[in-house]
Amino acid sequence: MTRFPRPAEGTWTEHHPELGTGPVSFEDSTSPAFYERERAAIFERAWLNVGRVEQLPRNGSYFTKNLPGLRTSVIVARNPDGRVRAFHNVCRHRGNKLVWEGTPRDETCGRARQFVCKYHGWRYDLDGACTYVHQPGEFFDLPEDGLGLAPIHSDIFAGFIFVNLARELRQTLRDYLGPMVGALEGYPFDAMTERYSFRAENDSNWKVFIDAFQEYYHVPPLHTHQLGPTPEAQNPEYEFEGAHYQLDGPHRLVTTSGTHKHHWPAEHLYPAEALTRSGSTGPWDAPDLGETLPGVNPSGISRWGIDNFQVFPNLEILIYERGWFVTYRYWPTSHNTHVFEGDLHFVPAKNARERLAHEYAALTFKEYGLQDCGTLDGTQMGLEQGAFDSFFLNDQEILVRHFHKTVGEWVDAFDRAQPGSPKR
Amino acid sequence: MSERMLPTQFGDLEPFAATWCLATEPERWAQRLRSSMEELQTFYDAFFPRAEAAIAYCDGFPLDDLPADAERLLQLLHSLLMVSYAVEVWKQPEVIHCGSARIDRILEPRP
Repeated sequence: MTRFPRPAEGTWTEHHPELGTGPVSFEDSTSPAFYERERAAIFERAWLNVGRVEQLPRNGSYFTKNLPGLRTSVIVARNPDGRVRAFHNVCRHRGNKLVWEGTPRDETCGRARQFVCKYHGWRYDLDGACTYVHQPGEFFDLPEDGLGLAPIHSDIFAGFIFVNLARELRQTLRDYLGPMVGALEGYPFDAMTERYSFRAENDSNWKVFIDAFQEYYHVPPLHTHQLGPTPEAQNPEYEFEGAHYQLDGPHRLVTTSGTHKHHWPAEHLYPAEALTRSGSTGPWDAPDLGETLPGVNPSGISRWGIDNFQVFPNLEILIYERGWFVTYRYWPTSHNTHVFEGDLHFVPAKNARERLAHEYAALTFKEYGLQDCGTLDGTQMGLEQGAFDSFFLNDQEILVRHFHKTVGEWVDAFDRAQPGSPKR
Repeated sequence: MSERMLPTQFGDLEPFAATWCLATEPERWAQRLRSSMEELQTFYDAFFPRAEAAIAYCDGFPLDDLPADAERLLQLLHSLLMVSYAVEVWKQPEVIHCGSARIDRILEPRP
């Protein structure tokens, strides 16, 4: 029995016949060779989110961002004209990492008029132009131009800063994001400047973790405690159902619906939830964000809870009905390891009570996220064991099916386009 | 422990202040994991009934201009929430089924 309307075909999956309904191979998550192809085909060609414009509050603000697994550090800077630009964080002289504090492996941020290389003192302005060479007369044939930093394509959508490592762009950011994600332009992300950031190094393929966060079928069995404090509430056989699934090019969406926690009877709440008026769906008391919220709840589902936008390849934007949002980013570092970054964004707390509501939501994210991370190890081990060639996915796991299909298509298309490819 | 850390009306919580007035999540997390359930339960039982009053006290000041003792009381409230997961949800200091995973909080608002 279904609680929410499904497409005329009867299931979400069959509404997209190109997906099929058969078992799916996860060899793309266990093969070192596939990892190398994936990096070239996807991560060196797709638009990748590296931060938010709020991290660059003023002209001259900058931050560095390591792209784990891509051997790349990016400088993202707001130049004196207010324009945001991105550069390889590498000095033109001898290739030293240009901007860092602490150790070259750490990320940093700040405000500057210029970047000075620690090694031989070459300087660059915030447009990447070289403005000073130490002892220029000692060099041979040093060009007048062309001593600047190597630029990286960058663009901004709804305050999200993206970069693209390709030398030549195939698509503008806006075209790449398409209409479904594009509809979020104008959502008040910029009001939610209070940030909690998390980082984890996980022993699994990056896609295995994304898979965990693009279906809710796992919630009752794995996160039984999240259902409530009583044995009746903690029913691992509770049947979760996503209210709406949507695909748009390489991107995906699942929308949840349900009775909001602030309407739950007291006996179904943990005492700290009742105290803080907060929990797994965030603070109960929503900030005033205005009348219209572009792009969210696109199917107009009643009792809307969360929009889970999966922006290909490695960004997830979770927008909560209660007026806060979360981003996840997954950076593959080998075929069976990745770095996970999670950021929770709130309208800044005005008092201690609001601060504690945010804190409890941030705690809740970590407590249940650790269950997800803990399970990953086991999933990766199980997949690498090779006991099965393919796996069964149900209708609630349609996004998992679409994701692996999309990854395969990008890699195949890239391989076909290589010189010498027999299929060219 | 001769010096008062908390507002006088919360003097009964002074025995917990040295352990649990911690400014950051990594410190609070580490303190939870190295505590016994008995210690966590004792702190929780002593503080939870007073938590609503403690929040109201802190809300008597601007969040960005808390007197030092109120800021420590707010830190203690943060620790109460940290401990509540062990006491209310997991019945143990560690998260159930978290395996060897760790998630580090690397940025958070202050206070």
